[in-house]
Amino acid sequence: MDYIFDNERPIYVQLVEKLRIEIVSGKLKNGERIPSVRELALTTKVNPNTMQKALAELENEGLIYTERTNGKFVTDNKELIEKIKRKLAEEKVNNYIKDMKNIGITYDQSIQYLQELGRKECE
Amino acid sequence: MELLECKNLCKEFDKTPILQDINLKIPRGKIIGLLGKNGAGKSTLIKLINDLLTPTSGEILINGEKPGVHSKEIIAYLPERTYLDKEMTIKQVIKYFEEFYNNFDAGKALKLLDDLDLDLNKKISKMSKGMQEKLQLVLVMSRNAELYILDEPLGGVDPATRDYILDTILSNFSEGASVIISTHLISDVERILDEIIFVDQGKIVLTSSADELRKNENASIDEVFRRYFKC
Repeated sequence: MDYIFDNERPIYVQLVEKLRIEIVSGKLKNGERIPSVRELALTTKVNPNTMQKALAELENEGLIYTERTNGKFVTDNKELIEKIKRKLAEEKVNNYIKDMKNIGITYDQSIQYLQELGRKECE
Repeated sequence: MELLECKNLCKEFDKTPILQDINLKIPRGKIIGLLGKNGAGKSTLIKLINDLLTPTSGEILINGEKPGVHSKEIIAYLPERTYLDKEMTIKQVIKYFEEFYNNFDAGKALKLLDDLDLDLNKKISKMSKGMQEKLQLVLVMSRNAELYILDEPLGGVDPATRDYILDTILSNFSEGASVIISTHLISDVERILDEIIFVDQGKIVLTSSADELRKNENASIDEVFRRYFKC
């Protein structure tokens, strides 16, 4: 995770976004224990209270859960992870199509571009 | 009980009001930015809290008690200007702090200084300004205090040193303790702040949670500050 934050938006919101991606991409493994608030705050260089708030938000979404005495864990609810992954993908796709439209490229052409040029990026 | 409370605090110098009717509560476990232009009264407020000045009226309570021996034990204060004897070596200063403060953790100070690659037998007068600032911060943050008050900790240091200073603050304040950072270099510190206090012409003009303010104003704290204090 990169630690660069945009000062114009609440830091905790940005943390939630970054951690959400870590979880759905599997960088933070399902069912695994996550480091303590203080440790996470140190690695991301944010205030521990801000990290606490971000984790509370992810807990609300169900992406992490607390086991009393044991700490916090990443959910192993695959359905939920898929659902959130789909939502994130939807946002990205919408932005892509919108951006392409802005530079005068139709939907069909966008798909072509994606097949032609996108593959390189994936390789 | 609040960690720090100011009630109707006023300070005058030669009948000129410097601070007017300051009411403030500082809870535990927060990093607070005391933000204002030069001459707004930030350092005067800090000196009052540290018992270096006496209020004209009103009162200050630290853990429910007036400033004194007890408050000096639990507050670790980094003043704007250096107060170390420049003829001392780093080693001597550490020994001095160890004897002076019960809650000074020499081991922690040595560990932090180790990261800086400093020769402990070097005299302070032979160190660069940036190094002297880092040394002072290390000394202050190596106390197991309940309240850390840092007056302009970033003044006149380069961006890399600023990062070092912010990291040192973030990773070394004792759990449950609070930190007050006074500064006008807002964009550099704002990512680590919980709460902000804007001071202008001797008065508190705004207090808010940092993230709330960003959300409500759709802007960085630095931007809000610039808008507010536009000359």
